[in-house]
Amino acid sequence: MRFGSGSLVSPSPLPGFGPALGATLLWLGLLVLIPLAALVWKASGLGLAGIWEIASQPRVAAALKLSFGLSLLAAALNVVLGGIVAWVLTRYEFPGRRFLDAAVDLPFALPTAVAGIALTALYAPNGWIGSLFDSFGIKIAFTPIGIFIALVFIGLPFMVRSVEPVLAEIDPEIEEASATLGSSRLTTIVRVVLPPLVPAFITGFALALARAVGEYGSVVFISGNIPFVSEIAPLLIVVRLAEFDDAGATAVATIMLTISFCFLLVINLVQSWSRRRLGHG
Amino acid sequence: MLRLTRRLPFTLALSVAAVAMACALPARAQTSLLNVSYDPTRELYKAINVAFQAEWEKQTGEKVTIRASHGGSGAQAHAVIDGLKADVVTLALAPDIDAIASQTGKIAKDWQSRLPNNASPYNSTIIFLVRKGNPKGIKDWDDLARPGVSVVTPNPKTSGGARWNYLGAWGYAQIKFANDDAKIKDFVGAIYRNAPVLDTGARGSTLTFAQRGIGDVLIAWENEAFLAFDEFGKDKFEIITPSLSVLAEPPVAIVDANVDANGTRKVAEAYLKYLYTPDAQKIIAKNFYRPINPAAADPADVARLPKLKLLTVEKDFGGWPAVVKAHFADGGSFDQIYAAKPN
Repeated sequence: MRFGSGSLVSPSPLPGFGPALGATLLWLGLLVLIPLAALVWKASGLGLAGIWEIASQPRVAAALKLSFGLSLLAAALNVVLGGIVAWVLTRYEFPGRRFLDAAVDLPFALPTAVAGIALTALYAPNGWIGSLFDSFGIKIAFTPIGIFIALVFIGLPFMVRSVEPVLAEIDPEIEEASATLGSSRLTTIVRVVLPPLVPAFITGFALALARAVGEYGSVVFISGNIPFVSEIAPLLIVVRLAEFDDAGATAVATIMLTISFCFLLVINLVQSWSRRRLGHG
Repeated sequence: MLRLTRRLPFTLALSVAAVAMACALPARAQTSLLNVSYDPTRELYKAINVAFQAEWEKQTGEKVTIRASHGGSGAQAHAVIDGLKADVVTLALAPDIDAIASQTGKIAKDWQSRLPNNASPYNSTIIFLVRKGNPKGIKDWDDLARPGVSVVTPNPKTSGGARWNYLGAWGYAQIKFANDDAKIKDFVGAIYRNAPVLDTGARGSTLTFAQRGIGDVLIAWENEAFLAFDEFGKDKFEIITPSLSVLAEPPVAIVDANVDANGTRKVAEAYLKYLYTPDAQKIIAKNFYRPINPAAADPADVARLPKLKLLTVEKDFGGWPAVVKAHFADGGSFDQIYAAKPN
């Protein structure tokens, strides 16, 4: 059977469907599906009851709540922050713009441990920023606030890079037209500028969230790792590995994977709903 | 699809050949040893490796390169279990080497009796580092359990050194409360509830205490405390010796299956035996570890290590398997400290 001209797919004027699909399946299989299947396979040794028992342990539940809660908050804050950054970088010309534009990618490029140690040094009670807050009695490093800051840091480029190209495509003249037709500034932003950006914001939110949930390297230095207070779910996986309890570690990983999957599923549903409603995509 | 199936075998064969060549090349290079070790031994093995290379070349005329890998003791053991080709492991705790032996069979079960002194070429202990002038007046383990004292120690789940810290506190309480389990748990729990941070490794805790300025006292490996003292300034810290502590015996072993596969058994054995020689014992003492043969070390190096009563895992805690089960396994006494949400 030939995929290229077969009945399974609609004919395309471009050749090469077969090899491209083959490569896609091979890579996805080797890099994504097989490792994930191995994960579920290893966890399945415990059975659903065993996994549920681990998920409902108060300490695991607390860590999951902390990890997912803070990741959601951080991704939400990045919608605002990343939106502003993307707006400034695409709509204004100013000295140092290119430099700032490049700096947005630093959280991508920096090894996570370096980012974690740098953030900890800054936000520790004796650090530059931490000492300012410390004089008001606010502790940042080694508390959930520190975790939140690390998650905002690593999520920012996802938001900016998702929104920027879409924003660059929107012609500023549309905003001018809206203004000349008598809309207030607020109306222009809410009714004209934002709607076409919604899918990009949702994509950025999903990417930032997914990254934040699994983030270990940059968080573990600033988090303090106190059970029930600042212990993140990925640390529990590391702890279980250190106990040579691989099944337990994969169980926590499977639980995280399932929750992430549900989150992303909901986000995708919202995405397609918004596309239909707003008529984009 | 036809095209794909025609080309795929060729491409695959090519990449397999390339990978095979890449793997085969370094195997022909000169002998090299991989020492997989725990966190705070970086400086020690840097010095030992240089000395051993010279010694080995003098004895056999062969050059040997030694690579060292450092990290949390448990994580390092795990890496070896997962296939890291360590020739020798020099870890913080016997159970970590036991885990490699029992889970993979790559190390003979009797590894601890193959070298003198339970396969520990040096000892160490756990002491305190406090801020200059000791503003909180910390003298012994009791003071760590006091309200208002902030204690920095790593997480015993992820750090080998932290387990020794935990046993130090537990051992002290065991004697103080005459083996009253509930009181011991309260006491150790009070110390850990005073910890604002549980770093994942011993070196991380040292940095948290010394560089971030967190905490009134650091519970640390003796060598780590002295190192911090030297590195970060004698004008900032003081070393406090508690009335009693625990005798830490970090063990070493050859990974039999790996040395046989690498053809490095002879040099790996020589490397571990070298740790017991007077030369190595001298280096060990210089790096603030306790040599098992103090006579070989510089008397000045030995004299700076304080004398204190030391409990041993075998005699005072019933051996490692019992210790791991009672304290550090899932649901053990350490987990019980955090079993209830603190209010």
